[in-house]
Amino acid sequence: MHVVYPAVVSCLLFSTGVYGVLARRNTILVLMSVELMLNAVNLNLVAFDVWLRDQLNGGQVLTLFVIVIAAAEVGIGLAIVLAVFRNRQSIDLDRLRELSEPSGDAPAVEKVTAGGGEG
Amino acid sequence: MTPALWPPTAQEIVFLLLGVVAVGSALLVVTTRQLVHAALWLVACFGALAGCYLVLTAEFVAWVQVLIYVGAVVVLMLFGIMLTRAPIGRTADLDSGNRVLAAIVALATAAVLVTVVVDGFRTAYAPLEPGTGSAKTLGGSIFRTWVLPFEALSVLLLAALIGAIVISRTDIKGRE
Amino acid sequence: MIAVAALIVLLPFAGAVAGLLGSRWPRGGSRTEENDLRANRRAAWIAVSSAAGALAATVWLAVQAAGSDGSGEFFWGELLPGSAEGTLTVIETGGLPISVGLQVDGLSVLTAILVTVVALAVQVYSVGYLRGDSRFPSYSAFISLFTSAMLLVVFAADLLVLYVGWEIMGLCSYLLIGHWWEDRANSRAAVKAFLVTRLGDVAFLFGIFTLGFAAGSFRIDDVIAADLPAGTLVLATMLLLGGVAGKSAQVPLQTWLPDAMAGPTPISALIHAATMVAAGIFIVARLFPVFPQPTLDVLGVLAAIGMLGAALAAFAQDDLKRILAYSTISQLAYMAAALAAGSPDAAIFHLVSHGAFKALLFLCAGAVIHHVGSNLLSHMGGLRRAMPITFWTMTVGFAALMGLPPTSGFFSKDAVILALEHSTSPIRLLLYGSALITVGVTGAYAVRAWLRTFFGEPHVQALPEPEPGTAHVFDGREAPRTMVWPIGLLAVPALLLGFLGLADMDWLSAATSLAVVLLGAAIVYASWRGAPQSDPARLLGPFRAPCEQAFYVDRAYAALVARPILALARGVVRTDTHVVDGAVRGSGRMTMRLSAFARLAQNGNAQLYVTGLLAGILLIAVGAVVWG
Repeated sequence: MHVVYPAVVSCLLFSTGVYGVLARRNTILVLMSVELMLNAVNLNLVAFDVWLRDQLNGGQVLTLFVIVIAAAEVGIGLAIVLAVFRNRQSIDLDRLRELSEPSGDAPAVEKVTAGGGEG
Repeated sequence: MTPALWPPTAQEIVFLLLGVVAVGSALLVVTTRQLVHAALWLVACFGALAGCYLVLTAEFVAWVQVLIYVGAVVVLMLFGIMLTRAPIGRTADLDSGNRVLAAIVALATAAVLVTVVVDGFRTAYAPLEPGTGSAKTLGGSIFRTWVLPFEALSVLLLAALIGAIVISRTDIKGRE
Repeated sequence: MIAVAALIVLLPFAGAVAGLLGSRWPRGGSRTEENDLRANRRAAWIAVSSAAGALAATVWLAVQAAGSDGSGEFFWGELLPGSAEGTLTVIETGGLPISVGLQVDGLSVLTAILVTVVALAVQVYSVGYLRGDSRFPSYSAFISLFTSAMLLVVFAADLLVLYVGWEIMGLCSYLLIGHWWEDRANSRAAVKAFLVTRLGDVAFLFGIFTLGFAAGSFRIDDVIAADLPAGTLVLATMLLLGGVAGKSAQVPLQTWLPDAMAGPTPISALIHAATMVAAGIFIVARLFPVFPQPTLDVLGVLAAIGMLGAALAAFAQDDLKRILAYSTISQLAYMAAALAAGSPDAAIFHLVSHGAFKALLFLCAGAVIHHVGSNLLSHMGGLRRAMPITFWTMTVGFAALMGLPPTSGFFSKDAVILALEHSTSPIRLLLYGSALITVGVTGAYAVRAWLRTFFGEPHVQALPEPEPGTAHVFDGREAPRTMVWPIGLLAVPALLLGFLGLADMDWLSAATSLAVVLLGAAIVYASWRGAPQSDPARLLGPFRAPCEQAFYVDRAYAALVARPILALARGVVRTDTHVVDGAVRGSGRMTMRLSAFARLAQNGNAQLYVTGLLAGILLIAVGAVVWG
């Protein structure tokens, strides 16, 4: 088995996950895309473990760990999504805009100018 | 003596078919217009990946994949979909306005990664031997070499469990 | 002797400190009428006693000096031959050391007597003149401080010590001119006096530096003894002349003196007639040996212009105090002319007698103003009967100003004219002619002021309540005793001081100037007899307006100096607000504008952030692969 095949499959899978994270609006779909990316990593780990013939089976064990962590992550993630939904009745990512600069930039400019003028 | 990259062997053909299924269903997951379908395509993707693991002789990982991902994670997702009262059926607004940018970045990622990987591992060859990924081998590894991370992970799982409960329950208030 | 000289300087200084700090202490911080009265009484006692102490010490010093052996080059050296010098301490500056020391000789003792006598008279007079003024304690303390500073100038043995006193005098002059600062015009006058004299003082300071560094010492004796190159001497003395012109109100820095009459009249008498303005003349006399001929010629030309111009201006004024102010400029120009003619003897003689009679004139004018409630001649007239003492003493003063025998002015002015007549200066004719004409004009304006004040119909108007910032009206016939006594005290030297110079009289020259002055007086008298109601100033005809405006010098300075500087200042302000501030504000505004673009990215969409993040990572990865 050439390593290139699983590596390329894993790359494509990862890119698909990237697209999903960046393009999807629904938070649950974004979580699914994250799972896709994790799985791409897992595939890589397994393939390289086989290639390198690791006596300790590090790659495969790490894959198992990743799977466990992913499960935990999905659990927490969904709990957060539910909490958000409870508070806002929506889990659309592009409507969660609290991080943005407060709108109405003109007054901010005036305020700073006035302060400079006094000083 | 490494065999040539082309033509592929039978194992590789099987793997490639499974890979095509996995990538194809993953594409459907990120492009479908129905939320529930996305979850179901995810099942298909994970299943195909489990097949890939089998071909790569990592049988224990494959079963764990089926058990946890297909069995648990996707079910959790479906619960999430249900609890957030997502619309069932075709909806037009599952994609945000960021789609074009996202596609560009994703394609660029794919291009860079594929280029680098193909360039780096063109000649790498892994002969497959059955049994290297059996439950017995892995179990021995985990409980001999990797037992400490394993214990740490169990604590992590516990913490995640408690965290999920605390976050999702409404009758637990923060400290005043 | 030095200890006594130090005591003379320090006594008024202690009086100033005590008056400033102690008048209201420990009670009386609150401004009730009773507290004000008590503070005024205490301040008056402090000021008068310190001035009297300084006078007594000076007299003792004079007696000691007169009893000593020795002789000097000048008449004061013969009169008061004793001299002494002492250094308190030497301050190492890294460059030339400054020796803090005093010097007693005939010149300083003579001037010190003038200063202390006038200061005592003015302190006593002020008690009556400023009765009930709530700022009297600070006023009298400033007078004490001024007296101390002037005495320091007089006794200083070091140019820099002298300069300290010089500057303190300028400060006190400023403070006292602006005593009634509630009136905007008074504070403006104070600022004007301060700025104009400051202009001269800068030159003066640099003159001191030039002399000191050239001679290698700031001690006056060392500077006089040093053999300096002629170019340095001319430069240094020209610079000193700037300070002299500023302090002594000579052309071209004379404009501050008439405006300084905004201060209380005793201040005009003390500072702006008798003492501070004499400091410039005193300095030239003190440093006379270092003054080379070119500088003296310049001084002479300025004096010739100043004496005649100021006398003509005095003839056209309607304000009694301004008449006296212009007359002061004119008389100081006499002294400067005597110096230019090479006779510091005559200059100092005239300085002393002028100090006496001009202080007398000012104090009398103060009494008149106090009585009338106005400065203007057109509001006076017929005061002869109402104020007999003031009338007679002021008559003495005017006679001395005109130079009528047997008053002091007759002798001292004769000494000046004699010196001009016999000088070897290249500008002798100019000086002599100008002085003679000025003598005539002096007689004219003195008689005019005398007649318009004391004769003719009374024009006194019953003024209502006095405005703040003017001397208040006194109800009695004559001024209060505290004002009459100093007038009487000063009338004695004004009348008799001249006999000191009896020995040096030249009767022919005296007769010439007497004839000229009587001619001027007679013309004015005839004009007044013809029409007692109208002002004899009409004799000037078309020149009356220019004379009244002092030949538009003020206006010319305003146009040439003040207005361009104001325009420049406005330009600087505009540059500051529009260019400097504009740059600061503009950079702030530009940052805000530019950041508005950057803020477009800050839209709260986490997906966009992640997109940017990944794109950046990709670019870095590509870069690492391609160039790594």
